[in-house]
Amino acid sequence: MSPSALTAKTVSLVSCTVCHLLIRKHTRTADSLGQCPRCGATLHSRKRNSIVRTWALILAAFMFYIPANLIPITKITSLGVVQTDTIMSGVIYFIATGMWPLALIIFVASIFVPLLKLFILTFLVISVQRRSNWRPKDRTRLYRLTEAIGRWSMVDIFAVTILVALVHMGAIANIEAQKGVLFFAAVVVITMFAAMSFDPRLIWDTKEPEDACEYPA
Amino acid sequence: MKDGFFMACHDCDLLHRIPAISEGMTASCCRCGALLVKPKRDSLERTLALAITGLILLVMANSFPFLGFKIQGQVRHTLLLTGIQQFYTSGMPWLAVLVLFTTVIAPLTQLLALIYVLLPLEFNRRSPGMFHIFRWMQRIQPWSMMEVFMVGLLVSMVKLAKMAQILPDVALFCFMALIFVLAACLAALDPHQVWEHWEN
Repeated sequence: MSPSALTAKTVSLVSCTVCHLLIRKHTRTADSLGQCPRCGATLHSRKRNSIVRTWALILAAFMFYIPANLIPITKITSLGVVQTDTIMSGVIYFIATGMWPLALIIFVASIFVPLLKLFILTFLVISVQRRSNWRPKDRTRLYRLTEAIGRWSMVDIFAVTILVALVHMGAIANIEAQKGVLFFAAVVVITMFAAMSFDPRLIWDTKEPEDACEYPA
Repeated sequence: MKDGFFMACHDCDLLHRIPAISEGMTASCCRCGALLVKPKRDSLERTLALAITGLILLVMANSFPFLGFKIQGQVRHTLLLTGIQQFYTSGMPWLAVLVLFTTVIAPLTQLLALIYVLLPLEFNRRSPGMFHIFRWMQRIQPWSMMEVFMVGLLVSMVKLAKMAQILPDVALFCFMALIFVLAACLAALDPHQVWEHWEN
């Protein structure tokens, strides 16, 4: 492979985000580059308003994260006894009954992963805004990580879905979903959109073209 | 694969000239390490076969009872859709939409889109709008969460195991098979092979 020192942007090419076709940029307007001739996706040299959008979504997710953890997600009624559970009390229940692998799954998927994702995205956005040159390859890896792990936060929501479906037996036993699930679902969906709206190519835009590496033949 | 084409890395925008690479080899970005191209053997045929298998399993997984729940002599059978319906009737329609989309609609759309695009290609024909449909198929991919649903299922089953007896039903086995088929299907897919049909 020939060594290349150029990015698509520096030579006025646009790479389609969906099908990766390279298209010569017709400078019609600064904003819109039209549609990809192959797959029809809207073309942008970089994702539009990536930083502002990602910030807005990160802040929204942080706000929803608080009620998601404080408000109960389930209400269990069993022979007249009513018990409400938040995400954390579910984790504690599993620890108390000795099922620590499950406690770990729930803790990691529902509490740790959303927070980790939000902190990584915050860090990435700030580093891009400060035009940081710090370890771009590792920052790109962090971005790929946030993209990959976000979906696993849905575990708790799916668990609640199955619980309310199965345990619906009137006075004997009944499980109902509570408003906390809604906030939690909002956190998961918003952080997924936040990861999608961030453009990892911004991390590299501060690099000088000659920093590019040689590709082994 | 045609020999040599230019491509920009989707993660760092660096331009690469990709030479003709054979199956089993991969091309990664030399600057950020992103996977650029990975040609696969019989990609279209294998993806198509698995997509059709997946579609059959998905229909079965949603038509037959999924789990039974036995407490004090009473048995309750549920479908995959029961929980979604429960959310809807208890005043959480958005949650119902989210779960329905991630566990039924997204995987179904993916499989139908793959069959729609790949089946005609198998006979050297192109279906109308195939590139637009293939684009949507790729867009929808992050929202297809069957394997996550499986873990959620595991969690809820362990939680209920002490309370009552859980009876696995037909659809559960279809569902488990479906997760592997879907994963294999997407692993067999090489999107570049589909996009390459554009110029010819």
